[in-house]
Amino acid sequence: MDAGLELRGIVAGYGQGDILRGLDLDVPAGQITCLIGPNGSGKSTVLRVISGLLAPRSGQVLLGGQRVTGRPPRAMLDLGVAHVPQERSLFPAMSVWDNVLMGAYISRDRDAVARRATEIASRFPLVAQRRHELAGSLSGGEQKTVEIARTMMLDPPVLCFDEPSAGLEPRARKTVFGILADLSGDGRTILLVEQNARSGLAIAHRGAVLDAGIVRLAAPAAELLDSPDIGRLYLGASLRSRERTSDEPRGTQRIRGPAPHRDLRL
Amino acid sequence: MTTLLAVEGLTKSFGGIRALDECSFEIAEGSVGALIGPNGSGKTTAFNVITGFQPADAGRLTFRGRAVRHPDPCRLQRLGLARTFQQARIFAGLTVLENVVLGRNQSWRALLGRRVSGSDRRRAEDLLDEFGLAAHADRPAGRLSYGQRKLLEFASVLMADPILVLLDEPAAGINPIMVKTMEDHIRRRHAQGVTFIIVEHEMKFVMRLCDPVIVLDRGRRIACAAPEIVQNDPRVLDAYLGD
Repeated sequence: MDAGLELRGIVAGYGQGDILRGLDLDVPAGQITCLIGPNGSGKSTVLRVISGLLAPRSGQVLLGGQRVTGRPPRAMLDLGVAHVPQERSLFPAMSVWDNVLMGAYISRDRDAVARRATEIASRFPLVAQRRHELAGSLSGGEQKTVEIARTMMLDPPVLCFDEPSAGLEPRARKTVFGILADLSGDGRTILLVEQNARSGLAIAHRGAVLDAGIVRLAAPAAELLDSPDIGRLYLGASLRSRERTSDEPRGTQRIRGPAPHRDLRL
Repeated sequence: MTTLLAVEGLTKSFGGIRALDECSFEIAEGSVGALIGPNGSGKTTAFNVITGFQPADAGRLTFRGRAVRHPDPCRLQRLGLARTFQQARIFAGLTVLENVVLGRNQSWRALLGRRVSGSDRRRAEDLLDEFGLAAHADRPAGRLSYGQRKLLEFASVLMADPILVLLDEPAAGINPIMVKTMEDHIRRRHAQGVTFIIVEHEMKFVMRLCDPVIVLDRGRRIACAAPEIVQNDPRVLDAYLGD
């Protein structure tokens, strides 16, 4: 299956307000796409819409060209879409090994789960080394590694990561980004939301910049890294580059202007 | 211009993390300053330490030309320094009017729903008029929308006639129309002589409203300048985009 994701005209939010305001985003199969943007621009909300935690008000989510809009999280997991949230999500009072096994909680084939866990332990040496320790006793970077190992139990072809480097010291951050690059080498589709824009873009194939609920720029990651427009978007200045239409094949694209505000109530 | 507030060498640690690391800056009387920086750069900690909600480990604070040795929220409010919070702190069970009355010093009796003096009531009603909340005066504040709560908190702190107001993310999580309303209120009060320091992530709001813009990164001040200078400062870009 082509495990690419497409988001078309997504409008989504909480309560009365819209966070995403007509968002278009392509996440090509087998690549890392890094989604960056200022605080509050809607990055985490994009992941929640994809993984089914938040149903969009309008728009479509396509997986491998098939409509999967509004499917619940369990259905999305069955389709091979996994979501690693930003906050620490291990069970601190359980062992590292039990946490990893929990990644296959929905599987009834115990032998297969045990085999898979052994594979995971050989891929993530930390899991084998610290298997009996309580997950809560690990450092932040180690916990993130175990979270990723747990997510890999179901061998998902599509992975959504929400700021995996948040709160990590530089060495741990490097380790986590190394793991993501390694997973991408398997041909998995990865959507990476990252506050550390430069580190995220450095391991990504493509990048997209979110601002106020829409994608303002989408381009090969290397081009975005060099673009002065990213800094300007983060710091509230207007863009310098000329507006390009989305059918231009290469370079930095300014996709569209802000959608009209739908919610005028106080 | 006269310096209204000065902090020098402000330091505050939580465990092994230095939230503020010898941070220094000044705000001139009559300005609308901004305090910005990436997540975890120390902005809210700076507010908490300046207003006495958390004790500093080291550093000096001067307000209205006087050294404030042990900042205390109540005493500072009497001196004319007021603040709001990221999540508006209101009394959900009291009416909107009672909340505003409570913003004035020593009016704790309003908590009991009585002894609100006629002058306090009139002044609170005027503020609610100004902030477009008059129609809600007698409703429980807990029924207000998120944005209205922010306006209510802003109105409440004005009840004490502050000369310096610290606003913590006034534009966060509210719709664009409300952001404009908030901006209008800040501009109006500024025109009447109130000085502001604003912590905010909504950069367009900051850049059109504030000067100077003070940038923190890892607890340190890395820039303090006019918006257009800060927007082009490579150290600021590095702080926001990571390394």
